[in-house]
Amino acid sequence: MTRIEQRFARLRTEKRAALVPYVTAGDPEPAATVPLMHALVKAGADLIELGVPFSDPMADGPVIQKACERALRYGTSLRDVLDMVAEFRKTDTETPVVLMGYLNPVERMGYETFAEKAREAGLDGLLTVDLPPEECDEVAGLLENAQIAPIFLVAPTTSDERIAHVARAARGFIYYVSLKGVTGSQTLDTSVIAERLEAIRRHTDLPLGVGFGIRDAETAGRVARVADAVVVGSAIVRLAEEFDGDPAGFAHAASEVVAGMRVEMDRVRASGVEASV
Amino acid sequence: MSKIDWAAFPDARGHFGPYGGRFVSETLMGALDELQKAYEQYMGDADFMAELDHDLQQFVGRPNPLYHAERLSRELGGAQVYFKREDLNHTGAHKVNNTIGQALLAKRLGKTRIIAETGAGQHGVATATVAARLGLECVIYMGEEDTRRQTPNVFRMRLLGAEVVAVKSGTRTLKDALNEAMRDWVTNVDDTFYIIGTVAGPHPYPAMVRDFQAVIGREARAQHLEMTGKLPDTLVACVGGGSNAIGLFHPFLDDESVEMIGVEAAGAGIESGRHSAPLCAGQPGVLHGNRTYLMEDEHGQIVGTHSVSAGLDYPGVGPEHAWLKDTGRARYVAVTDDQALEGFHRLTRTEGIIPALETSHAIAHVLELAPTMRPDQSIVVNLSGRGDKDLNTVAEREGITL
Repeated sequence: MTRIEQRFARLRTEKRAALVPYVTAGDPEPAATVPLMHALVKAGADLIELGVPFSDPMADGPVIQKACERALRYGTSLRDVLDMVAEFRKTDTETPVVLMGYLNPVERMGYETFAEKAREAGLDGLLTVDLPPEECDEVAGLLENAQIAPIFLVAPTTSDERIAHVARAARGFIYYVSLKGVTGSQTLDTSVIAERLEAIRRHTDLPLGVGFGIRDAETAGRVARVADAVVVGSAIVRLAEEFDGDPAGFAHAASEVVAGMRVEMDRVRASGVEASV
Repeated sequence: MSKIDWAAFPDARGHFGPYGGRFVSETLMGALDELQKAYEQYMGDADFMAELDHDLQQFVGRPNPLYHAERLSRELGGAQVYFKREDLNHTGAHKVNNTIGQALLAKRLGKTRIIAETGAGQHGVATATVAARLGLECVIYMGEEDTRRQTPNVFRMRLLGAEVVAVKSGTRTLKDALNEAMRDWVTNVDDTFYIIGTVAGPHPYPAMVRDFQAVIGREARAQHLEMTGKLPDTLVACVGGGSNAIGLFHPFLDDESVEMIGVEAAGAGIESGRHSAPLCAGQPGVLHGNRTYLMEDEHGQIVGTHSVSAGLDYPGVGPEHAWLKDTGRARYVAVTDDQALEGFHRLTRTEGIIPALETSHAIAHVLELAPTMRPDQSIVVNLSGRGDKDLNTVAEREGITL
């Protein structure tokens, strides 16, 4: 069993939903990232999504664009990010880590080199927002061999036919983008999300994560009723801007957000409503 | 060169060899499928094509002339130089050929809102123009740096009723405008049609924009045959994203005797690193929905570009150009800002035509190329746009206050 599978299996027996914080690697500075990852786990994170900074983050809103710019001030590269994963793995061998980013830095490194380095670093998954299943044949085999799960997105606009296609290519979990729009957008309708998740479950047994627009504990709790994992990005990354120059302050504030969501998500699940996993 | 069936590209999934494709976030995949179906359906629809032809004639002013620049040819003392006069189109550039086509598609798809990115502002103006004519809401994304360089075009777009959004992220030029337009599209995908201005982006844009621009080459080919009884020896066009070049080149791909040269912007010089010449000095990567040649650093981050011409100031290029380069069917060169300015002045003084700074790059190359050819040979240059929009930039460079 992979680390991701183990983690979801345990959560299932505990009847809890996974809490997945996203942080951009190297934001606000490279030395802050690994301690921040540990702090997030301590605060209740089950899986870490680590953003790979990119100069042209087309699918991201202003909050994560700025995070990329802050990280790129220090030239944080994909190579550096994999080093951070390796560093994190020295003391945490259980929490899965998934990279989220854009294809070009991976393409530039070379898919074979990436797969090898990622395996060595102890990476568990790769989500490239601009790599749909149609274009991933070449990458998929290399990732599979390195035991790295290709994570794919399903959007509100994804047709039933495409969901089936995505489900065949996906490993680890499927990430449902709860909104049309970029990361950090507003307002969520959980009943609509629940319907969509049902539609996806008809095509896969993989755990379903939900992200985009989850900005507080209350929303995280509502989503945790229907999803197997709750991904929260901009609500945390926003704090990096506030605490630019104060990495410890950022880690503390981010941990508080995560801890608050953890409590609310577990409370909701414990109150008897659960996802149909 | 082995025989390549050019008509077979792109393949069904939008690939030109290793280039092109559809590298976008999942939210847009449905819209791209819808667009591809519509484009395939309507390109074979007699009513749609009749409406397009009518608009190109009556609104754009096609066919425009293939002008024999006799004085310039004589001065250069070599090949005969012909200009395909896209600058005479309504709105002053080749861009409108494509916006007319895509806006008609938007109408057929029932979209009520049009968005576009623009560099020099020519595509923005051409989009705002067709949106005004069809009564569609229109938002144009333009890098803040470009809004400063191209103030007349910003005002034209606003006069036409478009909202012009000055993009302040990244390098504040064309690539950032494209990022922002993508973000808008992903958010408003239900009612919004994104009119991409060049032969780049996710499939089907590179093929669709090419097909709308290929009217340039079809006309030029027929006109040259009629005027001289033979095909031209060489085609020359400037390349940013590459839509005017593909428009000219594409109908000649099977004419093996015809040489094709794309001219990129060398900016302050290729060796300076401050340029916009991905085909001459970049390498393949993935950006803005397609795999193509890019300007990037060793870590795959896109690097800032430079060109005196806002329309060429872009780190990527259409995937079909990447393919034409690799197959050797076309070759690509680059000319500097200074050379482009020389081309700008030379054409203005010699032929009484003020070209756009983008186009001036193609002219600059012709100034070098024509004298190396014989007087019985000919070059067709795409005079892709007129230079009114660049008067401020030229004046500023020469220390003149208007």
